[in-house]
Amino acid sequence: MQLPVKLEVRNYHLFYGNFRALKDVTICIPRNQITAIIGPSGCGKSTFLRTFNRMNELIPGVRVQGQVLMDGQDIFAMDPVELRQRVGMVFQRPNPFPKSIYDNVAYGPRAHGIRDRRRLDEIVERSLRDAALWDEVKDDLNKSALALSGGQQQRLCIARALAVQPEVILMDEPASALDPIATLRIEELIQTLKQRYTIVIVTHNMQQAARASDFTAFFMMDEQRAGLLVEYGPTRDLFTRPSDKRTEDYITGRFG
Amino acid sequence: MPVRYIVDRVAKYVLLFSALLSILIVFLIGLFTLREGEPAFRQIGLEHLLGGTVWRPEQDSFGLLAMIIGSVLVTFGALALGLPLALGCAILLAEVAPDNVRAVIRPAVELLAGIPSVIYGLFGMVVLVPLIRGIDVPGNTGFGLLSASVVLAVMILPTITNIAEDAIRAVPREYKEGALALGVTHWQAIVGVILPAARSGIVAAVILGVGRALGETMAMIMVIGNSVVFPHPLTANPLTIFLSQARTLTGNIAVEINYATGLHESALFATGVVLFVLVMLVNSSARLLMRARTG
Amino acid sequence: MDKSVSLSTHAHTGALAVSVAELGKSNLPWRRAAQKIAFAFLWLMGTLAVAALLAVIGYVVFQGFKVINIEFLTRPPRGGLSGEGGISTTIVTTVYLVLLTVGIAAPLGICAAIYLVEYAGEMQGRTGLLPRLVEVARFGVETLAGVPSIIFGLFGYALFVTAMHLGFSLISAALAGACLILPVIIRATEEALRAVPRSYREASLALGTTQWQTVWGVVLPAALPGIITSIILSVGRVISETAVFYVTLGGSYKMPTSIFSSGRTLALHVYYLAMDTRAFDKAMGTGAILIVAIVLINLTINYLSHRVRAKLGGK
Repeated sequence: MQLPVKLEVRNYHLFYGNFRALKDVTICIPRNQITAIIGPSGCGKSTFLRTFNRMNELIPGVRVQGQVLMDGQDIFAMDPVELRQRVGMVFQRPNPFPKSIYDNVAYGPRAHGIRDRRRLDEIVERSLRDAALWDEVKDDLNKSALALSGGQQQRLCIARALAVQPEVILMDEPASALDPIATLRIEELIQTLKQRYTIVIVTHNMQQAARASDFTAFFMMDEQRAGLLVEYGPTRDLFTRPSDKRTEDYITGRFG
Repeated sequence: MPVRYIVDRVAKYVLLFSALLSILIVFLIGLFTLREGEPAFRQIGLEHLLGGTVWRPEQDSFGLLAMIIGSVLVTFGALALGLPLALGCAILLAEVAPDNVRAVIRPAVELLAGIPSVIYGLFGMVVLVPLIRGIDVPGNTGFGLLSASVVLAVMILPTITNIAEDAIRAVPREYKEGALALGVTHWQAIVGVILPAARSGIVAAVILGVGRALGETMAMIMVIGNSVVFPHPLTANPLTIFLSQARTLTGNIAVEINYATGLHESALFATGVVLFVLVMLVNSSARLLMRARTG
Repeated sequence: MDKSVSLSTHAHTGALAVSVAELGKSNLPWRRAAQKIAFAFLWLMGTLAVAALLAVIGYVVFQGFKVINIEFLTRPPRGGLSGEGGISTTIVTTVYLVLLTVGIAAPLGICAAIYLVEYAGEMQGRTGLLPRLVEVARFGVETLAGVPSIIFGLFGYALFVTAMHLGFSLISAALAGACLILPVIIRATEEALRAVPRSYREASLALGTTQWQTVWGVVLPAALPGIITSIILSVGRVISETAVFYVTLGGSYKMPTSIFSSGRTLALHVYYLAMDTRAFDKAMGTGAILIVAIVLINLTINYLSHRVRAKLGGK
């Protein structure tokens, strides 16, 4: 089974000042698949996720080493703004802007130069439909996004990311702030999005990873508290017959 | 009862009294300015006081309109010149400048706030006024609204910059990250998300700057000319109104209080009441905005 | 929703997908240029602010130091149209006025701040007379902080100079000035008290001390540098204030002999020299001394607040 590679990371290290937060990560992420990143808290999984859209650069003192390629292109040679158009992100806590629902979704396309109201309408509707939110909000698109429930806010954030037409969507524990029903809806949504996007999702919830992903990467910390990739493979293999003892301990709940 | 409990109780009430002193002073200020101004309000009437265009104490004519317009125009001028400067600094400090640059500009802005207003006035008289006198318009003395606006623009900068910077910094980081993750430039994120989210705080900063501008006294006296004329354009060009001399409400009080008697003195206290009410309205609207933001 | 509609939406999507991506890429140079221009403007504004500061300070200090010498500092002004003489009496008056004003305002302001932070905190959400009083007190501080200084002058003139028959004097000016700096001291002291960790108070109270013992023995010592900062801040405010003293202090350039003497501060002297005698060189000299004092005060405050942050383990 040979899948086309979307993102490739080679010998990647990340430092906060003198502290090494990620150590020698090498991984290939396949196109149009859902890849889950799991591991105990503090193992650097969110930091690793934020590598793909270079959000770590917003934190002063961060330094990286190694190569990260998207479609064979070095992302560190790209303009970060252009990169972030192609690699969307959904954050841990829903973070809609304090604007109307419509303006939240239209924000990206507008910023990228689309002014025509009719086309914006189309993009907003399509994005909200794709994020499975349209039916709930179609009658009050001008209402403040902050009036929505947490689950709705998170789906709005997904719609906002979709409206930019990215190729990859990064999700940083997108359901951790939500109740179980809202979580389930997000998981279903992710399944439908997979056809058109490459999805990388960080989760602390192993059932979620097992349920919703095609591939799973397991991260943990070494003795110096640097995060490293322990094991990576098809989700079913990793959960049923892990090849590393540490993975087995983790998924059977012996630590973390 | 042990002594320490008595001490505790006594201390508590002494402290409470001190805490209430401020409101007592506010009350006394209101009482005294109103009491002294009352004859003027009674004999001249609010209408003539606020609407009268002639201030000639020796003829018992006490119209404040020229001074009200003077104060409003100089505040407007200061905002026109000072807002881009103050808000530009605020955005620069909150979003763009690296820490080491911030470590230079921030203390500089704080020092600007500490410089005595007579120094600004002196600098204005010696440097700015001769410069503006160079603008070739008949009747232009250099002293006037333009000089006063420039001086005031620098004086309100620290007020506006500090509060606006705090407001911008208080915008949750998630908003900025959310915007950048959509592939917009930093500037687009500032204009489209960060500034709108900080809007009420920024507006409050500007309003407090207005309050500061309306209250400034000595620097205004020194550069605005103080003649009790209705500000008017010197030529057909309406912009030359800023070359006109003027007088502010604050200046009116300071220049004349030490020798005024009788109704004249009372009219100056009435000027104080007008100024007080104006500044209180401005400041409390800013406070309401800030409270809405935090609450 | 029926299937054909959904399909047609998706058909649209295909066309749109291209356009968003294309547009995003093609307008990127523009967006980057817009950011460059905007940031250049911001940097220009920051530079202008620093330049304004340097221009004012630089000019006054440079011009002022031409007339400053030992005689200028130690001789009294002699009045007259060219502003002959030095500034010795105005320095003395300034020092007296600072001591008097801060001496009146600091104890009251610090006590008020202690009440508002240490005692009023627990009133939140309660009803009754005391919580209402606290609210009123806070409102008073906020209002007082916004009152224009000339109003304090007017008030001081009406109450202290006229009604209480204190005349144009140091004591009238100090009382009016104390009203002016009261909110400055209260706010800065409140901030200093709030920076003291809660755990200090809890540790002390848990040992069975009264609240006042905790405040006196634990909170105040920890907040001391911050409280000193608030006092220095108000010293700076008195030194630079002019409007209040212009209408309460009288303006005599003679050496004050008691708290009922009239006088003029350095800042007032600058004003009289510039406006009445047009002796700009002497005004610059006096102004330069004033600026040096203010800069020293600012440096002290910066130094102190750095130490506070280091001590209380902030960032």
